[in-house]
Amino acid sequence: MRSRLFTAAITTTLLAVTLAACSSSKKDGGGKDDHPTLTYWASNQGTSLENDKQILQPHLDAFQKQTGIKVNVEVVPWSDLLTRILGAATSGKGPDVLNIGNTWSASLQATDAFTQFDDAAMAKIGGKDRFLSGSLSATGAPGKPPTAVPLYSLAYGLYYNKKDFAAAGIAKPPATWTELVADGQKLTKSGHWGLSIEGGSVSENIHAAFTLSQQQGGSFFDDSGKATFNTPQNVAAIKQYIDLIQKDKITNPSDAEYSKGTEALSDYATGKSSMVIWQASAGSLKQLGMNAADIGVAPVPLPDPMPSGGKKVTSIVAGINLAVFKGSKHQDADLQFVKYMTSTPVQQALNKTYGSLPTVNDAYSDPAFQTDAVKTFKDILSNTAAPMPAVAQESQYETLVGTAMNNLFADAATGKSVTDADIAKALDAAQQQLTS
Amino acid sequence: MVDTIERSAPAAARDQPRPPRRRRPRREALPYLLLAPAILFELLIHIVPMAVGVYISLLRLTQFYIHDWRHAPHAGAANYRVALNFDHSIGKSLLHSFWVTVAYTLLVLVISWVFGLAGAVFTQHSFRGRGLVRTAFLIPYALPMFAAVITWNFMLQRDTGAVNHILVDQLHVAHNRPFWLIGPNSFVSLVIVAVWRNWPFAFLVITAGLQSIRTDLYEAAALDGAGVIGQIRYVTLPMLRPVNRVLILVLFLWTFNDFTTPYTLFGKSAPHQADLISIHIYQSSFVTWNFGTGSAMSVLLLGFLLVVTAGYLSAFRGRSDDYA
Repeated sequence: MRSRLFTAAITTTLLAVTLAACSSSKKDGGGKDDHPTLTYWASNQGTSLENDKQILQPHLDAFQKQTGIKVNVEVVPWSDLLTRILGAATSGKGPDVLNIGNTWSASLQATDAFTQFDDAAMAKIGGKDRFLSGSLSATGAPGKPPTAVPLYSLAYGLYYNKKDFAAAGIAKPPATWTELVADGQKLTKSGHWGLSIEGGSVSENIHAAFTLSQQQGGSFFDDSGKATFNTPQNVAAIKQYIDLIQKDKITNPSDAEYSKGTEALSDYATGKSSMVIWQASAGSLKQLGMNAADIGVAPVPLPDPMPSGGKKVTSIVAGINLAVFKGSKHQDADLQFVKYMTSTPVQQALNKTYGSLPTVNDAYSDPAFQTDAVKTFKDILSNTAAPMPAVAQESQYETLVGTAMNNLFADAATGKSVTDADIAKALDAAQQQLTS
Repeated sequence: MVDTIERSAPAAARDQPRPPRRRRPRREALPYLLLAPAILFELLIHIVPMAVGVYISLLRLTQFYIHDWRHAPHAGAANYRVALNFDHSIGKSLLHSFWVTVAYTLLVLVISWVFGLAGAVFTQHSFRGRGLVRTAFLIPYALPMFAAVITWNFMLQRDTGAVNHILVDQLHVAHNRPFWLIGPNSFVSLVIVAVWRNWPFAFLVITAGLQSIRTDLYEAAALDGAGVIGQIRYVTLPMLRPVNRVLILVLFLWTFNDFTTPYTLFGKSAPHQADLISIHIYQSSFVTWNFGTGSAMSVLLLGFLLVVTAGYLSAFRGRSDDYA
């Protein structure tokens, strides 16, 4: 037990040893340089690690047939992915190509452990212009060459239950927050709630806080990258979100303990709530047994009137990026693989299976991406989505502010009233813990 | 290695021209040679990682340097100053977390020990089904930790959990469904789950200790007029003292450093009221990419535990002679 605590501090060292041991095995299949064997860490996008492997394997086989390059895929669960990447960055030994959460892009860019996609590298994978500009905006700090390219894109939308809306006599999904609260109150009755939220989830909370703060004209970092957590706009954004439980009472207080990243969506799918703000999840909703005819998607509402300086942002640019490890000895083969994974047919096939959005424009010609829901999400991604702050402290910011919001939600749910001053205090405390 | 020793023997012989000169170095080296593997592995497993941990605590190790962490800038005592500055948010929350952990540890320790003693004394004398009862007592300890604690997580959910179903729907003890995983009650939940998890260990160790107490001592005490309470007070407890001394120390260290229970019960970010120090350090180092400060906190924690352990052991050293 004692050693576990220590591990937190020195896992980096231990991982280095483990990874060195693991990655040495990849040399066995290597042989000549034009037919190297690549190691690919894929994030968990499907229903299980095994499921991901089954989905990816045919594409990797096809790639080997085309180029002679063999790719060994390992699907890494989200709970381990960042740890494993940090271990690889520390030891200099890791996979050749890997998936990263796109909000980590700037933080990982700062580690200098990943290959830069400068113009030459971009040209090798078919050029920058192939990509959706929204997706491309979340690949690193502005002004620096990105260290990743977008692979799967996601955006937040407002899912609503068409049947519930019709029964309550509401003609169209809410376009403003005032409408959302009014609709929510109409839909809330005993045991049924207007809107469900994942109030105990650090990542869901921080994404909501960021979007709402953009709408208020706020920001958590100024242009020079300095933290500005405690501003009236940020306080107003968080207050508005907490008030869904506290004042508007359209959200079940129990949602404050939802932290598994599935519970709010499951409440929506099983008819316990009529709305949920979520990333594209047609596949999950089907699995949870929701009738496809009842599912409606609209952009997240905006304030009315817009506050001064407020931006029309309804979502973060969410998604998965593809990065090449600097320590990899087969950079050319790595780029060939990146090009293949972002090619139109592979993009179409994989995004269709995962229910995410392609990151290259050409892929949208497929009729599967011409449905109303996908069009709504593509529209959000191209027009009203903003990338999370592209600063090296992004991961810290997510953790600190997200955790503060968990505690504020817990206070509101257990009957303590959360005021602007409480939020300001929590934001100040969070900012003090940021380290440069 | 033996060769080297033999070759150096003449040098030793010059200084000490005594008869058994050729053999002596060999005989002296042998114990060290036999110990060498143990020392090597002790170094590898304990000393080197600890030294690396202390070294990291003196670095400004953030994501900018992990790629080449040996060249991270030296921070001197800065990480320690940050962790111990209780006017600042980092130090203040570390101190809060420390007191939460102290309260948690004391409660879990005392309750687990009392339950363990009661259970062991209750099953001391033979009765029908004693084996069954003892086995049932040990189940929480035998279950895989993650499976056991995640079950508690489901039971403690506000809307769908079994605990609120029994308390609110069946017994009508509470009207508003209380929260158990967030807010002030989260501390209570954490203590209950940890006691549930730890008391069988106290039970097991005390049961083993009871086996070594001779029955004629109880008979003698009974003849002198001692009842059940008297027997426990004058025979059981004094005879268990050596066992208890170790048991309490082990339980203290385990509970204080417990990571799995809070992590499984609450996930990555524990509620403020149940922010145990192990999770807190994990959050302030790994999750926020701040390995230097996290290491400094770990070293401080290690120092605290060493002081407590050393104090505890030396406090009992004098008395241990009485029973030797």
